[in-house]
Amino acid sequence: MITLELSGVNKIYSGAYQTQVLFDINLSFEAKTCSAIVGESGSGKSTLMNIMGILDTPTSGEVTIASNLVSRMNRKQMAEIRNRTIGFVFQFHYLLPEFTVLENVLIPHLIHNRSQSGQVLNRARNLLDIVGIAKLEKRLPTQISGGEQQRTAIARALMNNPSIILADEPTGNLDSVTTQNVCRLFGEIKKEFNTTFIVVTHDRTVASHTDRIVEVRDGRIISDKLNTKTVPETE
Amino acid sequence: MLPLKIATRFLKSGKGQTALIVFGIAIAVSVQIFVGLLIIGLQLSLVNSTIGNQPQITIRPAGDNNTIKNWEIIVNQVRNVDGLDKISVTAAGNASVPDDNGILPILVQGFDFQSADRIYGISESIYQGKQIQSLKQVLIGRSLEEELEVEIGDKLPILTPDGGVNLFEIAGFYDLGIESINRSWVITNLVAAQRLFGYRDRVTEIIMTVDQDRLFDADRIAARIQQAVNSEDIEVTNWKDQNEELLSGLEGQSISSGVIQGVVLASVVVAISSVLSITVLQKSRQLGILKAMGITDRDASLIFVFQGLLIGLIGATVGIAMGLGLLYAFNTFTSSAEGTALIEIYIDYNFIIRSWVIAISSSTLAGLIPARRSLKLNPVDVIREG
Ligand SMILES: Nc1ncnc2c1ncn2[C@@H]1O[C@H](COP(=O)(O)OP(=O)(O)OP(=O)(O)O)[C@@H](O)[C@H]1O
Ligand SMILES: [Mg+2]
Repeated sequence: MITLELSGVNKIYSGAYQTQVLFDINLSFEAKTCSAIVGESGSGKSTLMNIMGILDTPTSGEVTIASNLVSRMNRKQMAEIRNRTIGFVFQFHYLLPEFTVLENVLIPHLIHNRSQSGQVLNRARNLLDIVGIAKLEKRLPTQISGGEQQRTAIARALMNNPSIILADEPTGNLDSVTTQNVCRLFGEIKKEFNTTFIVVTHDRTVASHTDRIVEVRDGRIISDKLNTKTVPETE
Repeated sequence: MLPLKIATRFLKSGKGQTALIVFGIAIAVSVQIFVGLLIIGLQLSLVNSTIGNQPQITIRPAGDNNTIKNWEIIVNQVRNVDGLDKISVTAAGNASVPDDNGILPILVQGFDFQSADRIYGISESIYQGKQIQSLKQVLIGRSLEEELEVEIGDKLPILTPDGGVNLFEIAGFYDLGIESINRSWVITNLVAAQRLFGYRDRVTEIIMTVDQDRLFDADRIAARIQQAVNSEDIEVTNWKDQNEELLSGLEGQSISSGVIQGVVLASVVVAISSVLSITVLQKSRQLGILKAMGITDRDASLIFVFQGLLIGLIGATVGIAMGLGLLYAFNTFTSSAEGTALIEIYIDYNFIIRSWVIAISSSTLAGLIPARRSLKLNPVDVIREG
C-alpha cells in the first residue's frame, strides 16, 4: 500500500530571481518502509520534504497522502493531516522552550484534544521511556542536551501515532554515537508502531540503516535503489 | 485548552514585558476610574445641592385656578407611579411682615409636616427653638431672623393681601441651606395656611421626590403623572425644566469625561496590540512549529486573543484597585481639617463594572490584530531558518 505519493512535482521559487528547485519529481513510498533521501547541499531535499509534509505547496504536480489529494484540501484539513497522519522531526529540534519535555511530547495530542486522559499521559511517558529520557520529563528543553532534545522531538513526532514520520537531518547536529542510537531507535519504532519513515540525511550511517536510498541532485532524482546492505525486515 | 495554556506560558516566559504592559493598562484604567468617579461625584453633589432636599416634581394648579381641589384623589392617583418616592402637599401664599423700614415680602408655606419633613428635612434644620405645636405658630429662616432681629416666643404679625393681620408665635428658626428660602419662607401648618388665605381644604402644590437613582428620569416620571391624573386643571413640572443650565453643565462634564475615557481606552488598545504584535515576532519559532504540528488557524489566533484577555483581566483589576486608592488618597489630601471632603465621593458600582468589562473586552479585541498577523506566518520560513 502506498502512503505517500508525489507525481510531476515542480517547485519554482519566484522572487527577485526565479529559481526552479524541483523538476518533475515522481516518487511513491510504501507503507511501513524506511527510505533515505540523500544529496548535496542545496539539491532540494528539504524543499521536497516540506512539500511531502504539506508545509509547503508545489508550484505544479500532485501530492497524495493516505489516499487524500493535498490540492483538494482546505487549510483546516491540511492542519489535521499534519497533526494526525504526519510526525515531523527537524534538523533542529524545535521544542517549545516554554514547556517541559513531557508537555512538549503531549502537544500534538492537545492540538486536537481539549484535555489529556491518564491513558494519554501514560503513552507520552512510555514514548519518553522508549527514547530513553523518562527521567528528564520535568526539565525544560534548555536544561537538556542536544541529543536529548532530538529524542524529545522524536517522542513528540510519535505522540499521535502517525502513519508517516518525516525526518529532515534528524542527526544533523549529533555525534556519531548518538546518531547510531537514533538510528537504532528508528528501527525499533518502525517495528513497534508500523510507521513509514522518510529521512533526509547527509549521513552515510543513517542512510545505511534504511531500506531504500533516493538520491537527489539539482532538483532531480538521479538514483533510487533498494539498500541491499541492510537485512530486509520481515513483516 | 491548549491556546489558553500556550498564552499563559508565553506571558510567563516574558515576565518583565508582561508586567510592564499589565502595569501600563492598570495605570490607564486607574486614570479612567479616578477621573470618572471624581466627575460622577462632582455631578452628584452638584445635583444634590441644587435639588437634593427639594421636591423634584411639582403639581401646580393650571389655567384660572389658584388652588388644587380634590388633591387627596390626585395624591392617590399618582402614589403608585413607578419611580416616585415621597409625596406631600403645601398650601402657600404671598404675604408680608412689617420691619423697621416698612414691610418685607414673605411666602407663607403651610406644610403637611409629617410628609413634607421627609422631603425638606425641616425638623433637622431647626437650629434654635422647636417644631410647630399649634396652628398659631411659625418657623422662620436664618436670614429673616437676622433681618427682623426677633427671638423665639416673639409674636410675628403676618399681613395678607386682603389686608388682614394675623399674629403668629415664632416657635423656631431653621436653616435649609438656601438663602432665598431662608429669607422668604415662613413655615406653618397646612391648615393654618389654608385658613389664612381662605383656601378652605384646597392646596396650592403637590410636591414629590423621585427615587435616588432615578433623578435624571424626573421628566419621564412627570409625564407619567400627567397621564395618570389626566386633568386640565393641573400642570406637572419637574426639576429638569427649571435647571437647564445645570443640565447642560452636567452634560458638558459627561462629554469631557467620556472623551478622557475614550482616549485612555484607545491607548490601551494600541499598547496591547503593538506589544502582542511584537510577541508574534518573538514567538514566530514556536508558532511555526505549532503550525507544522497541525494547530488550526483558529487556535493559533486564540493564543493571542487569550493573551489580550489575560493581560486585560489583570490590568483592569489592578487598575480599578489603583484608581480607588488614588481616589481615596485624593479625598484624604483635599479634605478640610474637620474632615469635610472637597468632593463627595460616590462609588458607582455600575460605572466600575462597566469600565472593567470595557477594558477587558477592548484588550481582548486588541489581541485580534496580532492574531491576524500570526495567520500570515508560514511554518516553512521558520523551519528553514534553523
Ligand atoms: N525561499 C526560497 N527562495 C528562493 N530559493 C530558495 C528558497 N528556499 C530554498 N531555496 C533554494 O532552493 C534550493 C534547495 O534548497 P533546499 O533547502 O531544499 O536544499 P537541501 O537539499 O535541503 O540543502 P541542505 O542539505 O543544505 O539542507 C537551494 O538552492 C536554495 O537556495
Ligand atoms: Mg535541507
